[in-house]
Amino acid sequence: MSATSASQTVGPFFKYALDHPTWSDLAADGPLGERIRIVGRVLDGDGAPVPDAMLEIWQANAAGKYAHDEDTQDKPLDPNFRGFGRACTDDDGRFAFVTVLPGVVPDATGAPQAPHANLSIFARGLLKRLVTRIYFADHERENERDPLLRSIGDETVRASLVASLEAPSAAGGERTYRFNVVLQGANETAFLDV
Amino acid sequence: MIASVRPYETEPVGNQPPYDFPAYTSTIKRAPKRPLLHVAHSLSEITGPSFGANWSEPSASDLTHQGKGEPLGERIILEGRVLDGDGRPVRGTLLELWQANSAGRYTHERDQHDAPLDPNFRGAGHAITDNDGAFRFLTIKPGAYPWRNSHNAWRPAHIHFSVFGAGFASRLITQMYFPGDPLLALDPIYNSIPDAGARERLISRYDPDLSESEYALGYRFDIVLRGPKSTPLENRT
Repeated sequence: MSATSASQTVGPFFKYALDHPTWSDLAADGPLGERIRIVGRVLDGDGAPVPDAMLEIWQANAAGKYAHDEDTQDKPLDPNFRGFGRACTDDDGRFAFVTVLPGVVPDATGAPQAPHANLSIFARGLLKRLVTRIYFADHERENERDPLLRSIGDETVRASLVASLEAPSAAGGERTYRFNVVLQGANETAFLDV
Repeated sequence: MIASVRPYETEPVGNQPPYDFPAYTSTIKRAPKRPLLHVAHSLSEITGPSFGANWSEPSASDLTHQGKGEPLGERIILEGRVLDGDGRPVRGTLLELWQANSAGRYTHERDQHDAPLDPNFRGAGHAITDNDGAFRFLTIKPGAYPWRNSHNAWRPAHIHFSVFGAGFASRLITQMYFPGDPLLALDPIYNSIPDAGARERLISRYDPDLSESEYALGYRFDIVLRGPKSTPLENRT
């Protein structure tokens, strides 16, 4: 076995090469399921916005199936949903994705995992990516049974993985969840060793 | 039904940089302080985005013909393969590449280094690996550039690579360096990698057989990604 290549920071100057504004909309092709928005900010250890971060989402479709050969579950693929998205933060550290609510996917033992999106964070100052998961606050019963969330004893740490539901706007529109990524400090997001 | 999951290999100690590396000052306010939470691999980690072979047009791997004329600088041919830890090719995966021009300037609005932009060089390209996991780019050798990490600090010449691999767990962004660069010994980003062998694997190799006479110098650079653990049967063969 040969050792894997080492990671290096994405640096400060990547947007012109990696940012494709259409990639933040995973639902552009009209997939099945409930259309949602995920918005948030990336903040550093001083609470200052991180204006040079790149975030990537990877998630299952509304039926709980990943668009990938290794997912052999007997569930339908959605030809209009790839499950991958990318967004870069703006000057205030803000990002936004439009997607569909992912379905339930089993863990390695077959136990159901609550709906979640997998998230990678790249930025200047991150020598390797950070990984976390976005769970959804209004899925309390599923979250209570989720193997990863259950394994976290500290309520604050567990809560950092759960996107809160925004009050619906008067204009209607899709359900909006807020998920902030706090790189460091008392409200630090729980990051995962994958 | 239990979906079968082959977890990915774990990495050798010292192979990857830490988050907290104060010599690289940008880590000071951005490195998390709590230990990472371990996650047993499920479908969420062993699956990942795929990009069809038609996603990338061949011209995207030639960075020397993206303007009206040819960019200034030393033309280079960059060839390599994307492999997993068992040497199996990683086929059909997206590789994105970006870099400074030959004067050490990025075409990024925030790069204010007082070196000229090259109207014929944007410095971004991409490719999809072929059936052997191979890729080939034509570009120019990037220049070193100054940064404010410490007084009179210069980054060694490098090309950024972003690659997906087979699953979410294999996602990697890294930098490729050039052999014999005296700035490597002084660079905190390069030296954040604890293992000397792991550092050296980020240095491309000059290959005279890849060079084209009176046209371009050839460099080779392979990228190894995490992949599924081998089964005992595969280990025997």
